[in-house]
Amino acid sequence: MNLKKKQTILVASVLLIVLIGAIALDAAFPSYHIVIKVVKKAAVYSLVAVSMNLLNGFTGLFSLGQAGFMLLGAYTYAILSIPVSLRATVYQYFDGGLVQFSIPEFFSGLMGESVGGTVGMLLTLILGGLVAALLAFLIGLPVLRLKSDYLAIATLGFAEILRAFVQWDKLGPLTNSSNLLKSYPEFKTATAYVIIIGLFVAVIVLLVNSTYGRAFMAIRDDEVAAQAMGINLAKHKRMAFVISSFFAGIGGGMLAMYMGAVQALSFRSSMTYEILLIVVIGGIGSITGSVLTSFVYVAGVEWLLRGLDSGEFMGIVAPGIFKNGFRMAVVSVLIMVVVLFFRKGIMGDKELPDLLKKRPRKAKKKEAAK
Amino acid sequence: MQGVIPYIINGISAGGQYALIAIGYTLVYGILRLINFAHGDVFMVAGLIMVYASSSMPMYLAIPLVLVCTVALGFVIERVAYKPLRSAPRMSLMISAIGVSYLIQNLAFYLTGGLAQAVVNPIPWISDSVEVFGASTKRVTLVTPALTILLVIGLVYLIKKTKIGMAMRAASRDFETAQLMGIKINRVISATFVVGSFLAAVGAMLYFTNYPSVSVTSGAMPGLKAFVAAVFGGIGSIPGAVVGAFIIGICEEFIKYLGYTTFSDAFTFALLIVVLCVKPTGLFGEKVTDKV
Repeated sequence: MNLKKKQTILVASVLLIVLIGAIALDAAFPSYHIVIKVVKKAAVYSLVAVSMNLLNGFTGLFSLGQAGFMLLGAYTYAILSIPVSLRATVYQYFDGGLVQFSIPEFFSGLMGESVGGTVGMLLTLILGGLVAALLAFLIGLPVLRLKSDYLAIATLGFAEILRAFVQWDKLGPLTNSSNLLKSYPEFKTATAYVIIIGLFVAVIVLLVNSTYGRAFMAIRDDEVAAQAMGINLAKHKRMAFVISSFFAGIGGGMLAMYMGAVQALSFRSSMTYEILLIVVIGGIGSITGSVLTSFVYVAGVEWLLRGLDSGEFMGIVAPGIFKNGFRMAVVSVLIMVVVLFFRKGIMGDKELPDLLKKRPRKAKKKEAAK
Repeated sequence: MQGVIPYIINGISAGGQYALIAIGYTLVYGILRLINFAHGDVFMVAGLIMVYASSSMPMYLAIPLVLVCTVALGFVIERVAYKPLRSAPRMSLMISAIGVSYLIQNLAFYLTGGLAQAVVNPIPWISDSVEVFGASTKRVTLVTPALTILLVIGLVYLIKKTKIGMAMRAASRDFETAQLMGIKINRVISATFVVGSFLAAVGAMLYFTNYPSVSVTSGAMPGLKAFVAAVFGGIGSIPGAVVGAFIIGICEEFIKYLGYTTFSDAFTFALLIVVLCVKPTGLFGEKVTDKV
């Protein structure tokens, strides 16, 4: 059996195991159980982390605007999918709000409750992604001309501007100002999250392996050389930025679903940092790494390390030390250890199929260390 | 016109506080080409130490303690998180800075129990009310700009006239050549962090006396704004950072006066983006040419 065949079998079997695992978890636990919640949140985080990796890891554009684009996706999803009958309660300070229709409801009426509802929700999610992509296009026109850290700070600034804008009183009838948006429909099962996110991540994988993906990586490795090879820098940078924001928007919509209620306050720059650190731990330039780390990180923070906050962890009872906040302190120390001593992260720039290859030669290692 | 005066006074005061933080950013960027994301959090920690120190000891002990602890923190951060990455790509350094910021916020959350710590009149004299042009304000709003200007004069003297200042200038001009000339680069970088943290500590004491409480995230916004001020003035330039900070402080308060309080933060970032796109070197910045 040759390498290629082995790799295909490996990827297919991992995907199958994940899918069966999700279905089994759904069957074994009720939807409010912590395990289901962890899988949902981890799935959402992996999409956002992969979208950030596409930009920061594959194209070499260091952007910190992810939270802003997620905010757009989340708000678009929430605004367009709250059932009409509930709008009066949600928008209680704004006379029921401006938007008086709900896309999932419209499709439910057209194609029946379950099919139509799902189609409507998916369409609304994609719409959220499109809104984020449109804004990314506009923002990208001036911002993408900037270099490295200036780009980072400018995108961070845009995310903060967006957050302020959404909370503006005058936009209240649309965004409910700084009040919560809630009561919108959501996917109940972890399987739905895993399948949808899996599809979107697969699209990103295909993109990375296409000619466009090669062009992105060429830009990352050497802009001048890439330009000399005939790659249109402005066009490809813009494309990477818009596509990354599109998926961040979808991720934001899914996060809104997971959270059950959205508020602009949750999409702070610290959320971007969190996702960036996940990308770094997974390995900058590795999609497998981002997905894997999202699951490990979310499971650790939301579930396995909970004991560190509440007095008992792995049988050790120490209420004086294991109190509120200790969990995140431990997690951030671990993150710093990875950042300082394991700079390539868990996967480096390798993907799942690469694990079957022979160990890398020394020369390549030296080059990567540069 | 009567109504606008308190806003302008507040703006000048806020500008002074931003200036003290902005200098820390601009000095570090000048030498390491690093946006020190942790600087805003160092500022927050200084505020927290002030709250704890002032409640348990007299003022003449508390103030030096805040200064010493903050300087030590800045020094340790540089040694632990930035020094091992000296030869790494710039982005690794920035990621490390973001990691440090995340770590400090989480540690502070753990140590404070996640509660905002109330600021109870830590330095009595500067919290007294005084009247300026018919507007009543705290004395700190008048002390801040004066103190800022004094400290900046001192800093400029340090950089222009002393040996370590000369070493700093050499290092910011060309890192490697400076090393070849026998400048102990690690010592210079440490000195830069010490100076930056010292000014941030002074800024924090002035800033937080005006606020009811210090929480773990209260350093993030002033930190980012001070960074914008540094970019606006031309990053790497000290007079630029100071002028930029005063302009931003005054503009922000003026926007509040016009009734758009929600947008006072957004304005700062909008200004940043406009500056970056129109004149990326800022008001006083030097032109940097890229070497291939």
